[in-house]
Amino acid sequence: MTEAAIDCDLHPGLPSMASLFPYMDQHWRTSLKERGVSQLESASWPPAAPSTVRADWRGPKGEAPCTLATLQAQVLDRWNVGTGILNPLFPAQLPFSRDLSAAFARAVNDWIRAEWLDGDKRLRASILLPNAIEESVAEIERLAPDHRFVQAMTLCMGEIPLGRREWWPVYEALSRHDIPLAIHAGSNWRHPVTSVGWPSYYLEEYTANSMGFQASLASLITEGVFVKFPKLKVVLLESGVSWLPSFLWRLVKSWKGVRFEVPWLDRPPSEYVRDHVRLSIRPLDVPEEAATMARLMDHLGSDELLLWSSDWPHAHFEGDATVPQGLDQALLKKIMVDNPLATYARLREGALA
Amino acid sequence: MARHIVGAVDEIPPGGRKLVEADGKKIVVFNLGGEFFALLDRCPHQGSALSGGILCGLVQSNEPGKYHFSRAGEMVRCPWHNWEFDIRTGKSWFDPRRTKVRAFPAHVEPGAALASDPQRAKAQSGESAAQKDSATPSMHMDGVAVEGPYQAETFSVKVEAEYVVVEV
Ligand code: FES
Repeated sequence: MTEAAIDCDLHPGLPSMASLFPYMDQHWRTSLKERGVSQLESASWPPAAPSTVRADWRGPKGEAPCTLATLQAQVLDRWNVGTGILNPLFPAQLPFSRDLSAAFARAVNDWIRAEWLDGDKRLRASILLPNAIEESVAEIERLAPDHRFVQAMTLCMGEIPLGRREWWPVYEALSRHDIPLAIHAGSNWRHPVTSVGWPSYYLEEYTANSMGFQASLASLITEGVFVKFPKLKVVLLESGVSWLPSFLWRLVKSWKGVRFEVPWLDRPPSEYVRDHVRLSIRPLDVPEEAATMARLMDHLGSDELLLWSSDWPHAHFEGDATVPQGLDQALLKKIMVDNPLATYARLREGALA
Repeated sequence: MARHIVGAVDEIPPGGRKLVEADGKKIVVFNLGGEFFALLDRCPHQGSALSGGILCGLVQSNEPGKYHFSRAGEMVRCPWHNWEFDIRTGKSWFDPRRTKVRAFPAHVEPGAALASDPQRAKAQSGESAAQKDSATPSMHMDGVAVEGPYQAETFSVKVEAEYVVVEV
């Protein structure tokens, strides 16, 4: 692997709630201690599910890796990764209280900064956004001066569709700082994860995420976010990829008939995706063989959409098979280096803040 | 190009349309506020008859949430999948360069001019049908047009009336 390779989706584990206490003000620290809140887990990633942490990356008690040393050993040094982007999955968006949600997000972001970014020059991170728009803007403004924060992250299933104008102050701030919005798989559990109601099984919920991504993407496009904020980029994390061409075909097909409903779109929806949206490659939702990969790339119609990600420590591949079979060298270089650089202005800057 | 009489002007009021067959083609003629425009009655998508589509205006926007409505009645929406076509040009709105329906020149001519058209006279074997109300001249009005099995309409031409003519 080239030293320039950029891993766009790494998930640092939080050892315990207490790890965040140093990064909270006294009110929240005391409050969480008094209430006995020692852990906060989102059902999106059940800790013991095999896919949540690869078996050989778990600690002695089966725990998720949660130290910089494990990340270095398992990913950065092992694969000679040039840059890795940390996307903390601590469920800061779960609390209904905007204030608590914002307190969690601030604590996670400061913990990331102090215990991960400061420890390894190869690391960058997402600004974890809380479950509230004003507070999200405030968090972006607080952290944007530190250029190691290269994007801001939310979930694909939140309270309201991501394209709605309520969200636009967030996109204004992101555009101004030239920071992409990352949308990660997962829900903050305000709505059933399927549009027909709550599913019974994890299997259903896991696959329902692609519908969440489709709805989010359709919302961003049709509401005109990319018309209003032409610089904004969106990165889909753990979205899968193969649903995109058929989804876009349908969106474009229907748009031709109801264009007048969204007259601010002056070109087919697929073109906004080509210009503004990127997707990480793990988990990949097709068989990893050369012929299938070639067909997928053909359907995507562009070699600029995909970003390399190991999705550490989630289990999507064995050993060191970090990239799917059947991608030629030129395409690998695009996915692992050129495309991430084109996506993240702050990675192009190279130097630290 | 052969000229075909579509009908008397007052047969197609403003906002109205008329479907005719000329030179083997189905053609729909629209009246937009006194101006006439003719389109092939076949949607370039999957062939539906545009003559059955609703008329609409043009909705544009330069910013999300802002709607600019203009040109009421100057677009036709295909009845099958709702693609919008500009009646003046035949161009689709979503992809004007590549997706368009064939447009034919249409204009108004006085009956007198049509009746005295020497070519038409030739086509009608020298008989000046227009001067006799009872006659039924062909809608083909020039000498090179071949009167074939597709010719659907015949009618009288009155010198004092005005007619919509389409060139096919
Ligand atoms: S046939 Fe006209 S839009 Fe499909």
